[in-house]
Amino acid sequence: MSVIVDAKGLSCPQPVLLTVNEMKKVKKGEIVVLVDTDTSKENVSRAAISQGWTVKGVEPEGAGFRISIAKD
Amino acid sequence: MPKYVQFFSTRWGIIGVGAFIGVFAQLLQKWGNPANMGICVACFERDMAGAMGLHRAAVVQYMRPEIIGFVVGSLIAAYAFKEFRSRAGSAPIVRFILGAFAMIGALVFLGCPWRAALRLAGGDWNAIFGLLGLTGGIWVGTLFLKGGYNLGRSQNTHASVGWILPLTMLGFLVIMFIFPQVQGQDKSGVLFYSLKGPGSMHAPLFVSLAIGLIIGFLAQRSRFCTMGAIRDLILFKQAHLLSGFIALVVAAFITNLILGQFHPGFAKQPVAHTMGLWNFGGMVLAGLAFCLAGGCPGRQLFLAGEGDGDSAVFVFGMIVGAGIAHNFGLASSPEGVGPYGIPAVIIGLLVCLFIGFTMRKQIA
Repeated sequence: MSVIVDAKGLSCPQPVLLTVNEMKKVKKGEIVVLVDTDTSKENVSRAAISQGWTVKGVEPEGAGFRISIAKD
Repeated sequence: MPKYVQFFSTRWGIIGVGAFIGVFAQLLQKWGNPANMGICVACFERDMAGAMGLHRAAVVQYMRPEIIGFVVGSLIAAYAFKEFRSRAGSAPIVRFILGAFAMIGALVFLGCPWRAALRLAGGDWNAIFGLLGLTGGIWVGTLFLKGGYNLGRSQNTHASVGWILPLTMLGFLVIMFIFPQVQGQDKSGVLFYSLKGPGSMHAPLFVSLAIGLIIGFLAQRSRFCTMGAIRDLILFKQAHLLSGFIALVVAAFITNLILGQFHPGFAKQPVAHTMGLWNFGGMVLAGLAFCLAGGCPGRQLFLAGEGDGDSAVFVFGMIVGAGIAHNFGLASSPEGVGPYGIPAVIIGLLVCLFIGFTMRKQIA
């Protein structure tokens, strides 16, 4: 069961900040981040990669995106 | 490239956009814009406030087509790449006030972060104090962000909400066509036009508009943001946006050398004063306000172009703030800070601290 970070409707840098905080908290596993702008999608993906996580998938969901990131 | 990556969001994308802005800002100066002010979002919005008579500082009145181009160019890019998304409702009144005080701080320094970079690239060492202040203000902002500060969520809404600022900008352009500048006259129909000073200096309308449109398009794609550049470095140790900001400075510097526009020194720099403390203090206020509002003044225009109604409110806050800054004697001039500039910076900082301390957590 992955953790869900709901960053929909939040402006910069909140989506990245929430994601980074969650990555620090759980250390590994899978996190699903919900965002609603392309900018947030790019920023969250970039932040995840820079912290050594991998982006497993980006799916459109509603008016935004569902980003799955993971670390073993 | 993976599907979640587009070229302009890569390192080379943002560097290319920063360099483009640096080169064309200096070319705009060569083609008529004021010295070390090829592009300045704060100064140009102040000139627009003057053109509408929201303040009557006769030397800074011109409806700047670059700003119109930024918003409309971003709108075009957002539609072309299916990214236009109308949203609003994230503490708009707070964003308005942050916009107003950001403008007041910027006008105490005499420039937004873009112009701080261009002033540095032109050899105006006073800009160093401004950039240090900007960094200091953003650093304080990151402490609030770490402490849970946020402006709350926006909601998706009617497309027309996102269209309001782009339509307003197009309206400004139409007014410019109806009431064009008349040689030697300070007013044409409803619009004021400066006869001397920075407001009288401008590149040809269509050149300014075309470059504004291209920059608006590119900046929407790359998410170029000067405040974010410094914030991300402090907050996440990430230099992605910073590489774009540095590219702007380097490209502007090289262009200045080629065009003979580099004049190093502190004294007698164009549209600048030498009061180091208030060059610093003004930008602490501006930097903090930008950080709390989530974007530099340029970024707010690009966000507004892609449908962000809250950023549009910030833009209107800046335009109204410019009116207040000049009417109340808060804005600086080459002689130094305005008569009430210093108390205004202090009040602005207190307002930002109030906002930063009281708007924490509670993201539902």
